[in-house]
Amino acid sequence: MSSVLSSAVRRSSPRATFAWLAGTLALLAILPAYLPTYHVSVLTQILIFGVFAMSIDILAGYAGRTSLGHGAIFGTATYVVLYFVSTSGMPLYFAIPLAVLAATLVAAVFAVLAIRTTGVYFLLLTLALGMIVWGICLRWSVVTGGENGIRGDVRPAVIGDSRSFYYVTLICCTALTYAMVRFINSPFGLTLSGIRDSAGRMRSLGYDVSMHLFIGFVMSGFFAGLAGALYAMFNNFVSPSTVALTQSVTGLLMAIVGGVGTLFGALIGSFVMITLENFVSYYTQRWPTVLGLVFIFTMIFAPAGVLGTIRALRARRGN
Amino acid sequence: MNLFQLLNGVTFAALLFIVASGFTLIFGLLRIVNLAHGALYLLGGYFGYSIASWSGSFALGIVGAMAGIALFGILLEGGLLRFVRGHELRQVLLTVGVAFVINDMALVIWGGDSFTVPVPDTLMGAVQIGPVFYPKYRVFVFGAGVAVFLLLWLLMNKTRLGVMIRAGVDDAEMVEACGINIRRIYLWTFLLGAALAGLGGVIGGAYLSLYPTADAEILVFSLAVVIIGGRGSLPGAAIGALMVGLLNSVGQVMFPELAYFVIFGPMAALLAFRPLGLFGKSV
Repeated sequence: MSSVLSSAVRRSSPRATFAWLAGTLALLAILPAYLPTYHVSVLTQILIFGVFAMSIDILAGYAGRTSLGHGAIFGTATYVVLYFVSTSGMPLYFAIPLAVLAATLVAAVFAVLAIRTTGVYFLLLTLALGMIVWGICLRWSVVTGGENGIRGDVRPAVIGDSRSFYYVTLICCTALTYAMVRFINSPFGLTLSGIRDSAGRMRSLGYDVSMHLFIGFVMSGFFAGLAGALYAMFNNFVSPSTVALTQSVTGLLMAIVGGVGTLFGALIGSFVMITLENFVSYYTQRWPTVLGLVFIFTMIFAPAGVLGTIRALRARRGN
Repeated sequence: MNLFQLLNGVTFAALLFIVASGFTLIFGLLRIVNLAHGALYLLGGYFGYSIASWSGSFALGIVGAMAGIALFGILLEGGLLRFVRGHELRQVLLTVGVAFVINDMALVIWGGDSFTVPVPDTLMGAVQIGPVFYPKYRVFVFGAGVAVFLLLWLLMNKTRLGVMIRAGVDDAEMVEACGINIRRIYLWTFLLGAALAGLGGVIGGAYLSLYPTADAEILVFSLAVVIIGGRGSLPGAAIGALMVGLLNSVGQVMFPELAYFVIFGPMAALLAFRPLGLFGKSV
């Protein structure tokens, strides 16, 4: 089923990919020096959500399991950081590992329940599970602050200004992206692609499909949790909308717009969606409508996304 | 838990059944997880509220909302979903987009305030059930749920359309091979499912009131009902609705802030044994 979204397309040569990446990274490193503060923070947001979207792509693009519950995993980390830092004054270097652990645990619970299903059932289950987290964040107001959420000065003063925080984020995101690329291309990562293409064949080859999917899901949740912890420092605020369905689908849409199964596409998707959001929000308050329309048009006209389409075109020309 | 709370649970179950039955019908036959179902519920509620306030007739509100939402359903199925037919995930994600648009437009038109659909005088007040006085309107909600169940049961088991829908749930290709226009049955089913969401919106709009996140709340309950009951099964939806309704009632009394979590436990336990739900069949 997922092959619909992640059309199997030829990869470009490693050298070209490397050149593109080095160029992008150089640009990302130099650009903030010439940009106004507001744009720097937009760029920071793009990087954080890029990691989040990539974590979704690990499951959707490589394991062939589209999750609609990752917003809840991401947001769990954000909530945990803000709760412990702002209410109990826990130092950040304790709060962040704790938050990532909490997010990973949530992912593990989701995984145990969801890995037995595929396709649309998987989607349905992760959606329901994610919405339960949302419901708890909304109603358990003693801890989560209910609709008002939690506000707190999480970001340490050393990286208080948006430029230095940007560079911290850039370093973290580069490291995480590298980790994810390594994960996907590792022998284990390849088994996930094998499961996506044919779970039955992998099983008959002797792989424990459920265990591999479980680990894949938990790893994906781990990366989503790291993105969520970064987001806590970026935003200094969390409310139920951070764990809401909108968050999950926005992340998924970023992965799809960029191209499911391309990993780097998620960064492009994040760039497109966040730039669009900022642009649209400047003129109108109807961002959800625009987001919905982008969803509808992408599904009808461009399900392969930017990178997927480029690769498909290149493959066609190559033949 | 006292009788009053038990009755509340059953009443809520009846509302859930009305909403979830439409959802499960569409899911069962068209294989579409219509995530715009919650948005259609909310929009139906707003339609009902506006029509009932304007005309002073609750019945007209129900009819208007059902007709209006059925029309929306036709537009959604015939105008958008036909372009992604056969691609399960693309269909689901498309309905997410539709839900965003509907919710945002509803926010523009009706604003962020909470509304309650006006109820006719005959449904005001309370009736005595055993030792408790129970609001008449809630008895009406329960009656409506039972009526919808009976009508759907008759439709599915005693009419030609029902036979075709049931056959389509089991094997749509075979139905088509028998010379039946499955596309038209898809459209009718979607229309019916959407109309049920609209009906649920008006009935729920007078019971739980309408506000911008009401759609997401009813959607998660409907999802739980369908996950428990299984794809496309009416008895499954009824049992699932009863379970979720009663559990929610228990949860709200015992753990008011974690009520959502209480529906999660049994759902998880059930999934461990039957991943496709009580009455679900593998595709």
